[in-house]
Amino acid sequence: MLYREAGQFKSSYETDSQIFPIRQDRIGIALLVVIAFVGVPLFASPYFFSAILIPFLIFSLAALGLNILTGYAGQLSLGSAAFMAVGAFGAYNFMLRIPGIPLIAAFILGGLCAAAVGLLFGLPSLRVRGFYLAASTLATQFFVVWALTKVRWFTNYSSSGVITAQKMQILGFDFDTPVAKYLLVLVIVSTLGLLAKNMVRSNVGRCWMAVRDMDVAAEVIGIPLMKTKLLAFAVSSFYCGVAGALYAYAYLGTVEPEAYSLDLSFRILFMVIIGGLGSVMGSFLGAAFIVLLPVILNTLAHTTNISTAVASNLELMVFGALIIFFLIVEPHGLARLWQIAKEKLRLWPFPH
Amino acid sequence: MKLIKSLVLGAALLASSSFVWAADQFIPLLSYRVGPYGSNGTSFFGGMIDYMNLVNINGGINGVKLIWEECETEYNPSRGVECYERLKSKNGGATIVEPVSTSIAYGILDRVATDKIPLTTLGYGRSDAANGKVFPYVFPLLTTYWNQAAAMVVYLGEKSGGMDKLKGKKIVHLYHDSAYGKEPLPVLEAEAAKYGFELIKIPVAPPGNEQQSQWLQIRQANPDYVIMWTFGVMSAVGLKTAQRNGFPREKILGVWWAGSEEDTEPAGEAAKGYSAMSFNTPGNFPLIDEIRNKVYSAGKGNLKELDRVGNVMYMRGITAAVMMVEGLRTAQNKYGKGKTVTGEQMRWGLENLNIDAARQKALGVSDMFPTIKTSCDDHEGSGAVKVVQWDGKQWVAVSKNWITGDKALVRKLLEESSASYAKEKGITPACMK
Repeated sequence: MLYREAGQFKSSYETDSQIFPIRQDRIGIALLVVIAFVGVPLFASPYFFSAILIPFLIFSLAALGLNILTGYAGQLSLGSAAFMAVGAFGAYNFMLRIPGIPLIAAFILGGLCAAAVGLLFGLPSLRVRGFYLAASTLATQFFVVWALTKVRWFTNYSSSGVITAQKMQILGFDFDTPVAKYLLVLVIVSTLGLLAKNMVRSNVGRCWMAVRDMDVAAEVIGIPLMKTKLLAFAVSSFYCGVAGALYAYAYLGTVEPEAYSLDLSFRILFMVIIGGLGSVMGSFLGAAFIVLLPVILNTLAHTTNISTAVASNLELMVFGALIIFFLIVEPHGLARLWQIAKEKLRLWPFPH
Repeated sequence: MKLIKSLVLGAALLASSSFVWAADQFIPLLSYRVGPYGSNGTSFFGGMIDYMNLVNINGGINGVKLIWEECETEYNPSRGVECYERLKSKNGGATIVEPVSTSIAYGILDRVATDKIPLTTLGYGRSDAANGKVFPYVFPLLTTYWNQAAAMVVYLGEKSGGMDKLKGKKIVHLYHDSAYGKEPLPVLEAEAAKYGFELIKIPVAPPGNEQQSQWLQIRQANPDYVIMWTFGVMSAVGLKTAQRNGFPREKILGVWWAGSEEDTEPAGEAAKGYSAMSFNTPGNFPLIDEIRNKVYSAGKGNLKELDRVGNVMYMRGITAAVMMVEGLRTAQNKYGKGKTVTGEQMRWGLENLNIDAARQKALGVSDMFPTIKTSCDDHEGSGAVKVVQWDGKQWVAVSKNWITGDKALVRKLLEESSASYAKEKGITPACMK
């Protein structure tokens, strides 16, 4: 009833091609933005910011990065955590070695370092596909973590190979409270999210999807394979790199290269698969699922009166069962479920 | 008369089930009971909880009851940070935190300084955090990696028949290729220069399921000793591969994280005769018996498998809990007995910790861990370790006395490293007023 587009006419190309063509969606998104920027900072507790929202946003950004590569351009990657590490250690070194560099510039430069590494390790994608490419991106994962522990310059000769993120300061303002950190992360993530949404709707995104669906056909119709694939690697790595820098600066504070292990790469891949391949929104849903669900389950398990050892194992089992359940119900991920719900809502209460 | 009266009254109160606690002291437990290190975590936190239960059964700390809540971290830094944030302000606020994970400790290192909640890292974490002027809220109690490495050199020197005999010897440092395995390098390098032994560094990429090439390299170098700075599956695989390559295990000396039942039992025969470092004396203690009698017989024990009570990780949990309770007691003595201790007061308590032989005896833990005396300058308080050997069934102490390495050298490195950290973070080193 409420969710219906009857009477909304498009009279120009601009209105026809806007991001949210349905008015209700626009209102919904506007509300969401207002809540995220104004409502949440007014009402949420510090725990909510520093333990839930910040990691959720950071992982959403990383998942979005991987989704660009895997979901849109069809190149399977197991190296997301490595690109995050490059971004974090890059930003750290820029901050350390260039005194007075603006924070955002350091993040962008860190992201660009990750993009350069992504370009380099994206080269095999020109020859190998599918699982073979996944195996070759696995090399990125091991190489980057190895290089960061091996070359002591990266960690400023710290004896244990650990870096400590510098203070976050923009124009003299210290981002040291949970709310300030949250707002900084939110601004970065929403800007990059909007950028990604527009990128996948434009020429670039269409090229990626053409390559994903069938690269030979894409080449035949004149899409330069090398440029398209490498661009996907670069953009994806940039997103992961910025996410990695935020993970170090806005979340953990002190990081060792091991924090960006293969395990993290897998987690990000699962976020993308569960959230929905080839969907910007899916990245956010997937990150929410993987980051928030264990916390909710843990909290629930502790309200009951079972022993903690059992609760911990039970939590893992329920989590696994839920993953299987959602993938059986909708193999295309949570984003697709949302889409189906929207289609049903449009017809409700009078389906054909 | 008044005293007797109050004692009788107190006893009566204790006997009746409606015992009124003076106050509550909340302890957050960032435990891990699932995942690759789940069995380690289960024993460690089982030990902590059993000891806290015992303290409560005996009337708490001057009538203050210990209460705690667990949160599963899965040994994952991001889960650990979430748990820390969730628990830190519950039940009147957390006073102390011990995550038993290097990466979680790093993740909350900055946060504990802001929140003023002491973080203890028993036998792991940043060695330079022993400088309490720069790391006011971090306590690497008992011993750090650097002092352990220094003690290893002393032990190997004694084994060779004197420190001067180390000259010209070859020592291999076989290590987990991560922050953890690289931590002792500055100390070992300095010691090698001082005593004139040759240090051969051989990294193993984690997880270390395959070490054939490393052990072939060791065979070729034919060293006098091998220091095995490994963790998890790497330790058992290392021992097995050493046996396959005919390298005598008597020449291998493991780090303490490679010195628990979880490391030797999977290696089977290959582990018999292997020695490792430890900050606990293995064996039975009156305290463990008391836990069996009072906690487990009442059905309040935390562990399901009774044979885990008293194993290496369990004893480390007990040690951590003893440190914590003694810290609380010290803080209460200064700030008011029978009152809840705040994080800042707990810092004072941990900075003025003094567990001497007499106190250990009173607690029923004589010689279970080295005597410890901390200060603002020295958040470590001891630095002494023991060498233990696996006899095929259990760990036994090889060195009768506690071994200390070259503490002056470690102190010098620690000052340098913490000074550069302070500079990077803009911290003015200072003690508590």
